[in-house]
Amino acid sequence: MDNLKAIVESLLFASDTPLTIDKIKSILETADRKTVREALTSLAEEYESGKRGFFLAEVAGGFQVRTRPEYRQWIRRLKETRPARLSRAALETLAIIAYKQPVLRSDVEYLRGVDSGGTLRTLFERRLIRVMGRKDLPGRPMIYGTTKQFLELFDLKDLNELPALKDLKDLGETWPNDSR
Amino acid sequence: MTEQPQDMSAYQVDLGDLFDGPMDLLVHLVKKNEVDIYDIPIALITQQYVEYLEWMKSLNIDVAGDFLVMAATLAHIKSRMLLPTQEEEGDDEDPRMEIIRPLAEYLQLKYAAEDLMERDRLDWDVFVRRDFDGTEAWSEEEPGGLIQVGLFELIDAFQEIIKRVSPAYLWDLTPDTISVKSRISQIADILEERGSVTFQELFEAPATRVDIIVTFLAILEMAKFQLIRIMQHLESGIIRIFNG
Repeated sequence: MDNLKAIVESLLFASDTPLTIDKIKSILETADRKTVREALTSLAEEYESGKRGFFLAEVAGGFQVRTRPEYRQWIRRLKETRPARLSRAALETLAIIAYKQPVLRSDVEYLRGVDSGGTLRTLFERRLIRVMGRKDLPGRPMIYGTTKQFLELFDLKDLNELPALKDLKDLGETWPNDSR
Repeated sequence: MTEQPQDMSAYQVDLGDLFDGPMDLLVHLVKKNEVDIYDIPIALITQQYVEYLEWMKSLNIDVAGDFLVMAATLAHIKSRMLLPTQEEEGDDEDPRMEIIRPLAEYLQLKYAAEDLMERDRLDWDVFVRRDFDGTEAWSEEEPGGLIQVGLFELIDAFQEIIKRVSPAYLWDLTPDTISVKSRISQIADILEERGSVTFQELFEAPATRVDIIVTFLAILEMAKFQLIRIMQHLESGIIRIFNG
């Protein structure tokens, strides 16, 4: 297919979720993974060198065309409304689940030292966390983990891409929130 | 805080689990006293921790059971520190580790949460071709150098204000003081008009002690329902309250 790159581009343009290489491959029927990856790499380079308003992001195991962060203020004018903010408590709970998953609610509450039912519900409703199963313990408590939407939200290819936890001893006198 | 005005007892603020918890209070105290997290002066921290709880109780902030559990843990560690260690057992661990370990882990995850927010977030910094359920208008481009204020920083700021109230007003318990609910709508009006207001300003004009407490409780309620954002300027330390 001579126009393979253009076809891949059209798929990326039309999709509202990240497209995996396998998904693209199955749509194209003939192409092998290597060809698809080459087309994606070539597109990414083109967007980069052409200084386009968007770039090819590798998120949640797939590929997605996203607007460049430096143009955020313009897109915000276009979108007019913003998504709901995550409260500090919700963000903390989300970070605990992301780093400690698979994790029980009791583990989350032990770490935060506070009942977390409300924040878990919020994260659940926003589809940032999911139930991965139930633990074989009295009461069969639910095991939580993060979702694809979590990876999409924070621009992560996969969970391995989560920033490494910092060693507190290396941080010395800095505290959360002081770093900026 | 010693005495509590009668008409305040009716209003209970339940911070729920959307606000800071006992671990945040510990972090706040360790930070405020500039002590090493791995060498916490347990007697001092326990005493200050209990003082905050009493403060919150006197304001009718419903102190969750979790706060009391932590107070008990601290008191227990403190008592174990006082016991002479038995030579024979030798390998006795520092009793403080019971609190240091979870505190260190919690702090680590707090940093991690901040790292996540620094990334290019979808629908905030980067966008894709789809609609999302926007809830509120984008606020004016946020000025830099601002950090979110936690509950305990807020209590500190509030204590400063209470200290500065002229004694003449301090005990003026006029019966027609406004309720927390009407103060909330007043603050909402101010924010709608101006977008933001300093924490200080909300306590200005000749205010009685009750007015001050009512204003503080109103701010807490609004923060809990995320009607406002409370930010502090890194350099000046000025606390400013923003709409939504």
